[in-house]
Amino acid sequence: MKITKETKIDLFTRMVKVRTFEDQTEKIFMAGKEMPGFLHLSQGEDAMAVGTCANLEINDAIYTTHRGHGCIIAKGADLKPMMAELFGRIDGCCKGRAGSMHFADVKTGCMGSNGVVGEGMRLAVGTAFAQKYNKTNNVTAVFFGEGATGTGSFHESFNMAATLKLPVIFVCSINLYAQMTHKSVHIAIENVAERAAGYGAPGVTIDGNDVELVYEEVAKAVKHCRAGKGPYLVEGKTYRHYGHYIGDPCNYRPAGELEEWMKKDPVVLYEKKLLKEGVLDAKGVQQVKDECKRLVDEAVEYARKSPQPEIEELYKDIFA
Amino acid sequence: MAVREITCSQAIAEALAEEMERDDTVFILGEDLTSNGGIFCQFKGLPEKFPGRVIDTPISETSIVGSGVGAALTGMRPIVDMHFADFVTTAMDEIVNQMAKIRYMFGGQAKLPMVLWAPDGAGISAAAQHSQSLESWLVHTPGLKVVVPSEPADVKGLLKAAVRDDDPVIFFQHKRLFKQTGPVPEEPYVIPLGKADVKRAGSDITLITYSRMTYECLEAARKLAEQGIQAEVLDLRTLKPLDFDLIARSVKKTNHVVVVHEACLTGGFGAEIAARIGEELFEHLAGPVVRVGAKDVPVPFSPVLEQYVLPQVEDILEGVDKALKRQRQVLFIPRAANVR
Repeated sequence: MKITKETKIDLFTRMVKVRTFEDQTEKIFMAGKEMPGFLHLSQGEDAMAVGTCANLEINDAIYTTHRGHGCIIAKGADLKPMMAELFGRIDGCCKGRAGSMHFADVKTGCMGSNGVVGEGMRLAVGTAFAQKYNKTNNVTAVFFGEGATGTGSFHESFNMAATLKLPVIFVCSINLYAQMTHKSVHIAIENVAERAAGYGAPGVTIDGNDVELVYEEVAKAVKHCRAGKGPYLVEGKTYRHYGHYIGDPCNYRPAGELEEWMKKDPVVLYEKKLLKEGVLDAKGVQQVKDECKRLVDEAVEYARKSPQPEIEELYKDIFA
Repeated sequence: MAVREITCSQAIAEALAEEMERDDTVFILGEDLTSNGGIFCQFKGLPEKFPGRVIDTPISETSIVGSGVGAALTGMRPIVDMHFADFVTTAMDEIVNQMAKIRYMFGGQAKLPMVLWAPDGAGISAAAQHSQSLESWLVHTPGLKVVVPSEPADVKGLLKAAVRDDDPVIFFQHKRLFKQTGPVPEEPYVIPLGKADVKRAGSDITLITYSRMTYECLEAARKLAEQGIQAEVLDLRTLKPLDFDLIARSVKKTNHVVVVHEACLTGGFGAEIAARIGEELFEHLAGPVVRVGAKDVPVPFSPVLEQYVLPQVEDILEGVDKALKRQRQVLFIPRAANVR
């Protein structure tokens, strides 16, 4: 598969956008004054989100996890209402009712993060059913971590998607920890992708920090799904730079582990690759970073200016 | 309007056939549906009439409900079949955390038009895991509408309304009423959710009930009439939204109330009704609001024990007796006497 220069720049730009948003969010949260609740950030898993979503059209759907900002940004959601949502403000994409863990942007096909591990998979099956039923030729990608593969949802959703031949791409980001528990403790096999065979579906294991590789593998999955051949599993080995939540002391990590993975930071690796290939020069890279910083700064500004929700908002949207 | 006698099962199949004809986003998802039209034959004829729209799934209530939620979010109108209402327990996350909350959490970005169809109730020796009435669990969750019909005409009209509703509706169909017959108009019609119905008018006491207990209350009312007591039988039909206006109108007339349901007594919906009447209609009460419900035990297999657990006509009559005979006595106890 030949990846065009234009696509390469797009992949890089989306990754920088995700990373800049997440880094800025972390700073504001840690300052402790403006962002309520708690946060699960996705730095390190950027290539999985971007490599997947870059294959999708606006009418394709994604479901993501409690660590879902990156996927939603990669799919194309506007940063301003996303940031306002994290601030709990009325101009948030969910009017300040969802926060980080539950937010959605339905118009760009982001059908929801989910606060319950694994649940996105069940909902994804239904969206894929609707896509198949209405012959839209769209697909649904559902993101989850390896922690979710221990849930009944993984098995039941995969089985149902396979028996009904639904266009679901199961995207498993192996970030090494289910909350605070190492993968080796709760999964008895090396590669989760092997499980796809049990449902008669293809499953591949790849380096989840190589955005072009993720892009290429998910492209095959999308093709498979659009052709009506049923679900497909892509497993990417990656790493969560921060802990389970922001503030997690990460005392379960062995010494040196983070440092090793930081050498494989997908955003840094890809920047080097594009510079080496001459796709972008130093100035071009800086332009991308500046533009992403401007977008994130504008989003923060927008969030700060947005009012708090009025009390009468409380009773809206419980029913249609 | 021409009327004929049909069963609840026939009413269900008719309602769904009409709605599936009218709107091709309506489809049914569940276990064992296509071979015989569902385990209670409630969807008989539909798989043949609507190929590709009555879907057999693996045995996974959790994913049946979860995928129903996803399909509803994506513009469909799924009807998810629970086989037995007892199995909502396996799909509680999907019902409570997903179905009920998504629209609200998303700030109203999406609608969730779906029906969770669940045959509930006891009385067929199906024993503890296949006999429950679990409506009060779901009424307690904001974001869900809950329907509990009795007679075939209501089943048909309310099911059609539930399918057309833009919100998630839990539709409890009592298993012992599948074969219950009743007059149903030939012409299509819809009964709006949130409207109770007076099944028998009376002036002396109000029996507030729903689902199968409506029939028991009507039988009790006939017996009471022989003693010269005119009972009004109010069938709530939907618990959420609740038609409290009609409750108030009846209570203001009769001043005496018994609430009757098949669910076990403690924490049952009768408690909610009694509390609201106490709070909002206190000055219209001439006696206590009495609740009649099943005994607080799992439903046993033995028909003898099962009958003992479930409220019978005699229990309702006893409840009426309590409600009518106990008078309010206001005692003024000196404050000091309270201190021991």
